[in-house]
Parts: sequence; C-alpha cells; structure tokens
Amino acid sequence: MATLEIKNLHVTVETDQGTKEILKGVDLTIKSGEIHAVMGPNGSGKSTLAYSIAGHPKYTVTKGEILLDGENVLDLSVDERARAGLFLAMQYPVEIPGVSVSNFLRTAKTAITGEAPALRTWIKDVRDAMSGLKIDSTFSERNVNEGFSGGEKKRHEILQLELLKPRFAILDETDSGLDVDALKIVSEGVNRAHQANDLGVLMITHYTRILKYIKPDFVHVFVDGKVAEQGGAELADQLEAEGYDRYVKA
Amino acid sequence: MSDSPKTAQHGLAEHTHGSFVPLQIRSDRPSSKSVSDFEAISPLQDLWRYLQPDQLNGLDSDVLGEYESEVSFVSTDDVKISWIESTDERVGSIGVPEDRVAAAAYTNASKTLLIEVAESAEVKEPVVIKIAANHPAPSALHIFVIAKKFSNATLIVEHMGLGNLAEIIEIDVQDEAKLNIVSVQNWDKGSAHVSAHFSKLARNSFLKHSIASFGGDLVRITPVTTFTGPGAEVEMNGVYFASAGQHLENRPFVDHAAPNCKSRVTYKGALQGNKAHTVWIGDVLIRVVAEGTDTYELNRNLLLTDGARADSVPNLEIETGEIEGAGHASASGRFDDEQLFYLQARGITVDDARRLVVLGFLVDILQRTGVEELVEILTSIVEEKLGSY
Repeated sequence: MATLEIKNLHVTVETDQGTKEILKGVDLTIKSGEIHAVMGPNGSGKSTLAYSIAGHPKYTVTKGEILLDGENVLDLSVDERARAGLFLAMQYPVEIPGVSVSNFLRTAKTAITGEAPALRTWIKDVRDAMSGLKIDSTFSERNVNEGFSGGEKKRHEILQLELLKPRFAILDETDSGLDVDALKIVSEGVNRAHQANDLGVLMITHYTRILKYIKPDFVHVFVDGKVAEQGGAELADQLEAEGYDRYVKA
Repeated sequence: MSDSPKTAQHGLAEHTHGSFVPLQIRSDRPSSKSVSDFEAISPLQDLWRYLQPDQLNGLDSDVLGEYESEVSFVSTDDVKISWIESTDERVGSIGVPEDRVAAAAYTNASKTLLIEVAESAEVKEPVVIKIAANHPAPSALHIFVIAKKFSNATLIVEHMGLGNLAEIIEIDVQDEAKLNIVSVQNWDKGSAHVSAHFSKLARNSFLKHSIASFGGDLVRITPVTTFTGPGAEVEMNGVYFASAGQHLENRPFVDHAAPNCKSRVTYKGALQGNKAHTVWIGDVLIRVVAEGTDTYELNRNLLLTDGARADSVPNLEIETGEIEGAGHASASGRFDDEQLFYLQARGITVDDARRLVVLGFLVDILQRTGVEELVEILTSIVEEKLGSY
C-alpha cells in the first residue's frame, strides 16, 4: 500500500504580467488502488496540479509538500519522480522526431526498472498491450507522437501506463478529444492498469463523460487553485446536472 | 509565397546571420570553366564570407593533384562505371563551375568517373563509390552520373580518410528516371573538402539528393538542382554534425526553370564544442516559365553547447505568381525543453534524453535516404560523436 499526499500545495508560474499564483493550497491524498477524479472549470489549475506533481520546470512550488510514502517528491528531478513510481499521461504529448515508439518504450522501461527487459517477454508484453488498446502493430516503427491523431496520442500514453507499471498515474484530460469508441478503449486500458498493479489514479477531467467508464472512488471539485468540494461518485452526477456555475459565481 | 512562422515547431528560436543582408541575386552568379576567371578567394566575397582561405588547405590553388587509385567501385551491366577523358563532350554539360575551387577541380581532373545507369534498369542494391584518401596533397575529382530514361537506382558516394579534395559531381537525370544519390563526408581530422554538385532533371524525373557530413575540418558543398523538363521532382536532404573546430557548409540551390516541378529541401544539423561552425544558405529561384511550382525549404540547427555557431539563410526569388506554393523556414536553437520533459517524465535521465533527442533529430534525415545499412552506419557515427561531448 502506497500513499501520495499533496499538502497545502502552492504553485506559481511566470507570465508576461509577472508571477502568478495558480495553485493556492491544494490538499489531496491518494492511496494505492484508489481512483480520484479532479474536476473543474477551465483555468482552475487542474493541469498545473498534474504538471507540478510530475515536476515540469515551468511551475514553481512556493509552499507545501508532495510526499510519496513519506518521501519528499519535490526534492526529486523529473526522471527520479518517474522512477519512484509517478506517471503523467499528458494532455498534449510531444512529438519526438526520429525516435521510434519501440526504441522509446524500451528505453523508458529500462530506465524505470534499472535493467533492460528480457527481449522475448518484452516483445510479447508490448504486443499484448498494443492489441488491448487496438493499436496497429506498425505503430512501433513510427516516431513518437509524430503524425499521430489525437486518439492515437492518447492510446500511446495509456500504452506506456500499462507497460511502465507506475504506482500512481495522473491522467491529464486523457478523455479530451476522443470519440466514444476511443474513450472506451482508453478507459479499459486505465482499468486494466488499475487492476493489474493496484494503481492509484488521479484523473483530471473537464467532463463527466469518462466517469461512465472509469468509476471514481472520490470526486474533487477544483476551483480557483484549490479543492472547493469533495465527495463520492454522486458528486460527479450532481456536476453533470448542475455544471460548475455555483462554484464560479463571483 | 508564404513564410513560415518565425518561431518553429521545435521551439527553436529564429536565427539570422547578422544585420548584413547580401544583395546578390542567386541567379546572377557568374560561371566559368577557367580558374583565372575567378578572383583569389577572400572572405570579402559573399560566396566565401563564412570561412578563411587557409581553411581550404590549398584547394584554392591553380594546380591540384588527381584522385584515381583512391576511388573504388564495382561496375555492372546495369550500372557501368569507368574512367573517361574529361575532354568528353558530356563533361561540363550539366554544370559549369560557379566558384574558384570548382573551376580548379574542373581544369585539374584530366579524367572523369562516368557512372551510367542503363535505360529502364531497376537496380535493387545501392551502388557504392568509395573515395578513401590517404594523403593531404590538394587534389581534384570529377564524377559524372547519368540516370538514363526510366531507370531507378541508388548511388552512395562515400568520402573518408585523410584528404584535401576539390570535387565536381554532375548528375544527369533523364526523362522518367529515378535516382537516389547520397554523398557521405566522413573525413579524418586535417581534411578539407569542397564539392560542387550539379543536377539536371528532365521531364517527370525524380531525384533524391542527400548530403551527410560528419568528419573533416572543412566540408563545403554547393548542390545545384536545375529543372529542365516539366513534372520533375527533387528532394534535397542534408544532415551534418559539427564538433569543436569543424566548419560544415551547405549551399543548396534549386533552379525552377520548368513548369509544374516540385522541390523539397530539408537540412538538419547539430553542433557541439568551441568553434563548431555550420553554414546553410538555401536558395530557390522560380523563373517566369516555372508556373505551377511547388517548393519548400527548411533548415534546422540544434546547438548542443556554448561556443558553436550556426548561420542559416533561406532565400527565395519568385519571378512568377502562378505557383502552387513556395515557402521556407529556418531555425537554430537549443534543446526543446518539452521534448526533454516528456522523456524525463518516463524515467529517462536528462543525459539519455538529450542523446535520444539529438539522435532522433538527425536520424529523421538519415531515414529519408531509404538505405537501411547506411542509416545504421551513419547513426553509429552520430552516436560516437555524441559520446565525445
């Protein structure tokens, strides 16, 4: 059983207008096997939370802590955080020209586990994960995210989630830009990773749509850089019916 | 015409070569087969402004030696390769020297290596011309390639060893022919190589022309492609990697002198170490007759360390408005932080991430050669160079 604790997290970014505080004291605790949905209107700081946990250099933590089983994640570099078991499925995965998917996956797996995976089982693992996500086998030879459709990019993120087997996954609007079929496929992938690895999930989303396929244990409503309300899955139903209006009223 | 955005997709900042903009129009450049028609080389001349004459290791002298024993090849029925006298009327028919070193190569190479791809030949295996030098005496070499009608072949010209070479490669791509030519420069330290490539593309022909420059103190290549018939297409690719003290220069020029032709020019380079210097001057001329032209040229440079310098200047001259499209992009900069973040977020250390990104950046161009073995060899050369920084 592992625990990811976010305590009183304050985060700023540099903008043209100067330093701006985006996260204003976030408290959130996720345990292994739990699925948390973070929902909120645009600009509420949901993605900032995701990137801050992963350690993107654009964001500065000015106050608070992120602890993984008591260890201070903020002291770790981006790659050390990933090796410690954190995974961020990106909203906008980056193209890396000239680096094939197969090379990338193998390099990442080697980095995470500290040794090159045994070739035969690795090839089978990749093939199985790809077929589970209905990804064509020619995908391996394509360059990372280059020329991928929106749906392919998201499936590629979940492919990595299934293969790298992190302890906690942050899904940053993985559902955005997907049609219903792709949403189902991607959700099934997340559910598989959840079951197989007792994965803790922090699912960031604008819409309730994905919650039909990935059932959250907890729902947090995010407004103006902090959690405004939390509850169980029923809170999502309420949001579905009422929208965010009552939170964002000035 | 449409200019590309000032800041390019890889997050590289646009780079210019300073406030001075040369006024010379590419099409006006004088040409001659005689060395004496060209002034002594000086950095005051626009053509040579990025280097000092002593970097030429004597290639600017009137008298050069010759390469013959240094060149090895296998002639077949489909691709006949032989030495002919340079007095042969074909020699010089594709391109006339536009600079002093090319003129010196022209006059001093008494023999020309003739490579003839037979009409309608479908040549599966790449044909390799190996130029392995072993002495620093400044020398001349002239190569003449004919891809006859309906032929399809791949030709690799490899340069290696210690040498100082002034070279001309003429490429005659006849009607409906397809030619894939790769010139690899992987010279030893102490070498200088100045090469002028002239290609003519006849009706509906296709040329893929690639440059890969990794080794040599100075490598300067001026590939000129001229469309002489309609419906032809050229893909000009270049990849280079300059380490400390190396000067790698490329000046591709596409002359759209026929209608409905397409050109794509893509050069990518990496630089590392003090006084690593790359120069890319990309010229495209769309003449009045060249209606329906579709052209795009792009240069990107990745600066891996301080002390390196990349000059990059795209030029586009358009004499007709009746074109499909014309554009260019040039950007030089450091690593894209988003790419590094993505890789690091998957557990890959920053050093490995950089290595992967550089390799990917350059391999992207290597892959375009379509020659698997070559991609492997060149990738390992890049890896070796990367390991040393």
